[in-house]
Amino acid sequence: MSAASDSATGSSWTARLRARTLEAVPAEQALPDRQPAYVSSWIYVFGVATLAALLVVIGTGLVLSMGGPGWWHVSSLGHFVNSLHLWSVEIFFIAMVVHLWGKFWMAAWRGHRALTWMTGVVSFLASIGAAFTGYLVQTNFDSQWIASEAKDGINATGVGAFWNVLDVGQMMLWHVTLLPIGVGLVAVLHVVLVRVRGVVPPIGIATDGSVIES
Amino acid sequence: MTLLQLPPAAGVIDLNGDGAYLSWGVVQISWANVVVILVMVVVFVLALVLPFPGHARKVVPQRVPQDALPDAAPDGSPR
Repeated sequence: MSAASDSATGSSWTARLRARTLEAVPAEQALPDRQPAYVSSWIYVFGVATLAALLVVIGTGLVLSMGGPGWWHVSSLGHFVNSLHLWSVEIFFIAMVVHLWGKFWMAAWRGHRALTWMTGVVSFLASIGAAFTGYLVQTNFDSQWIASEAKDGINATGVGAFWNVLDVGQMMLWHVTLLPIGVGLVAVLHVVLVRVRGVVPPIGIATDGSVIES
Repeated sequence: MTLLQLPPAAGVIDLNGDGAYLSWGVVQISWANVVVILVMVVVFVLALVLPFPGHARKVVPQRVPQDALPDAAPDGSPR
């Protein structure tokens, strides 16, 4: 236990929470300034690129939610923010898929990192739901077409009674509240787990960079 | 020609016509999506083969829990 957590001797819940937090994620692990040699590769960039794109997605989404469809359909600034929202989503998914491929081929669930892998899977699936509802709430002919095509597929799964893709209001609320909160919270948990367990070494390489004898 | 005089992307690609689709058996996918998938594959391969800037810089081992080592023995010692 670190010196900082040793000072948390009080019985209050804040002191206990601080001690447990520092024990789980020591400061030098939470925000490291140096990394092992094998992290010096472009393939490790795409996780951070995904996070950066997600921040732009959330930021532009907040601006769009304040302006509303009457703004993003008619004003040039609304069109611009709408485009930023779309293209940051495109970059988000492209970076996330490349990140997924990289982690799959390096078997990144090794070394008790299964929860890290699974939170990534859940975040990916929630992102697909968020993107789908985003297409449904464009409030244009495209969203009408997508909703009318999707309703039969959704009804075939049996969830149509609870999740009505023709209901723009319901889809809007899913898009701007539940799904982003779900994606955001799981993404934060994913990053914390990466910091706790560390970046997975390549197969056959130890964390100090030495080759593991088989 | 200044940057502002360049045609927007929508002017380069005609977005008013019918969509172009690849039909291959039961698979039907727009060429736009095919291009995006191919771009992702190219980016993935480039990320594997291109050298990362500052690759030769000295780096240190990361501190991780002993049981987080993929090839650690049950007692935590490296195999």
